[in-house]
Amino acid sequence: MTEVRSSSYPSSSQVTIARILWMLVTAILALMILFPLLWMVSIAFKTPAESFSANLFPERPTLENFKYVLTGVPFLRYMANSFFVSASVTVIALFFHTMAGYALARLRFPGREIIFLAIFSTFLVSLPVIIVPLFVIVRAMGMLNTYAGLIVPAIFNAFGIFLLRQYYLSLPREIEEAAIVDGASYWRIYWSIILPLSRPIMSALAILFFLANWNAFLWPLTVASRADLWVVQVGIANFKSQYSASWNYMMAASTIVAIPTLVLFIIFQRQIMDSLKTSGLK
Amino acid sequence: MRPEQKKPDQGKKAARRRLSAKHREWLSGYLFVLPDAIGLLIFLGLPMVLSLVLAVFEVNGFGGYRYVGMANFVRMAKDPLFWSAVRVTAVYAVLLVPLLYVCGLGLALLVQKTNRFNAIMRAMFFAPHMVSLVVVAVVWQFMVVDKIGVINKLTPLLGIAGISFLGDPQFALVTVVFVSLWFLMGFYMLIFLGGLQDIPKEYYEAATIDGAGPFHCFWHVTLPLLKPTSFFVLMVSMVAAVAGAQAFDIIYVMTKGGPANSTSVLIVYIYQQAFSFGAFGYAAAMSSVLVIVLMLVTAIFFAMTKGGRFTYD
Repeated sequence: MTEVRSSSYPSSSQVTIARILWMLVTAILALMILFPLLWMVSIAFKTPAESFSANLFPERPTLENFKYVLTGVPFLRYMANSFFVSASVTVIALFFHTMAGYALARLRFPGREIIFLAIFSTFLVSLPVIIVPLFVIVRAMGMLNTYAGLIVPAIFNAFGIFLLRQYYLSLPREIEEAAIVDGASYWRIYWSIILPLSRPIMSALAILFFLANWNAFLWPLTVASRADLWVVQVGIANFKSQYSASWNYMMAASTIVAIPTLVLFIIFQRQIMDSLKTSGLK
Repeated sequence: MRPEQKKPDQGKKAARRRLSAKHREWLSGYLFVLPDAIGLLIFLGLPMVLSLVLAVFEVNGFGGYRYVGMANFVRMAKDPLFWSAVRVTAVYAVLLVPLLYVCGLGLALLVQKTNRFNAIMRAMFFAPHMVSLVVVAVVWQFMVVDKIGVINKLTPLLGIAGISFLGDPQFALVTVVFVSLWFLMGFYMLIFLGGLQDIPKEYYEAATIDGAGPFHCFWHVTLPLLKPTSFFVLMVSMVAAVAGAQAFDIIYVMTKGGPANSTSVLIVYIYQQAFSFGAFGYAAAMSSVLVIVLMLVTAIFFAMTKGGRFTYD
């Protein structure tokens, strides 16, 4: 702990033993934390016979497992479903949430605080808690086993509205003043001034929403029992109960499901980490 | 999406003459909030209320509702599995929350300084959080599987062998807590990093000049100034643990609540009652208790954070 808190910053030439030790501990810890994921990828490339061995690097790497999973199981269909659902939720949610966030932050109208309080009151209510009544409502609306049933209930959450409102509160007032003097409508201000200004937070939220929905399991499991509507997470859970003895297939399937989000993470690492870091209610 | 796009404009054009600027602002405000308000009302507000309503009904098969008064709550009070689920949920939360706090903060302190090496390490610590809970559960299940799992091949090195991590009720819940911790600690590390960044450097400089060592600095500068972040982390992780936000997926895939109900947290028990046994009324009664608890917690949360952290313009 000496390193982090010391107030004098050692220059890069002053590499001390303490610092090397510190880095070594960190690196070993990081590898331990990553190990399960490395293990998953490793087994995905192993032959059935080798999948019981404890070596991290396959002796004779094979693509057979991936071939089997992709051709023997409609995983491509599940992925297409996941993609369609996640993308739709993301686009619609961003549209609605920016509108609501803008109004709650910058327009004055009676009841605004009450509406915000009401939205905030749902902040900590997570899906598992309301899954039973939500299912009853969606069933009553005739949306069981439809894409609408997968998409529509997933759009609405207080988190996105809350973050956007906080962001819009931080913009200076002068931004709209000229437009208001010119008689621009509030829609116009939202569309041509506020939306372009929100590009950074919108791209961060887009990634978060997309990931959350790509990784969602409980709601898709509950609302869609028809196999052609399964998303990847439901597909893999069912694949597991079928193939629990075949590690190599299971890990290949898991790798296929995990790769898109991990790739997204590698590309947008900075945005994802920054947006989450500042989401600690500021 | 077209109608929503037009409404504010139409409203404005038609009303420009009659409505004052103030009323135009009101109308626009309501129209902008409308889509989200309706959606949240139907898909979050209504379910919260409906869980209370459903709780006094018995639902048979598909559609038949019979009013049963408090019967579901009486059943709940007498149901040993409900109380077992409450206990398992409490143990899960009590184990997980402090561990998350310590590990999240620990990782954050480890990679606090901004440099390239730490940036890579942060990403590696956070990587598990990017994988879906279902995949996490699947991978860990195979890592700890009896006898042949890789963890069981490594444990003899530590002098212990032959633990059935998911088959033995004594270990199953601890295993689930561990997997939850592995998945979540990178996320809380980030939250802590955000909090650490907000602590002005001058405080450390002043403390160091006064002769404070690293431990002193941590205890008398970092921890007190980290209070808002700590509060947020403890509150959110506690609520998530009780509401089963992450626990459900992990437990559903890894153990289905077994063995011997040792991992059957409340939310898994509720789900089974509703979707395996069709006892929607009973499940709703249990949900309603959770909803009320969470609403109270949210109210406290809101009251306590309003002061410094949320500012109205």
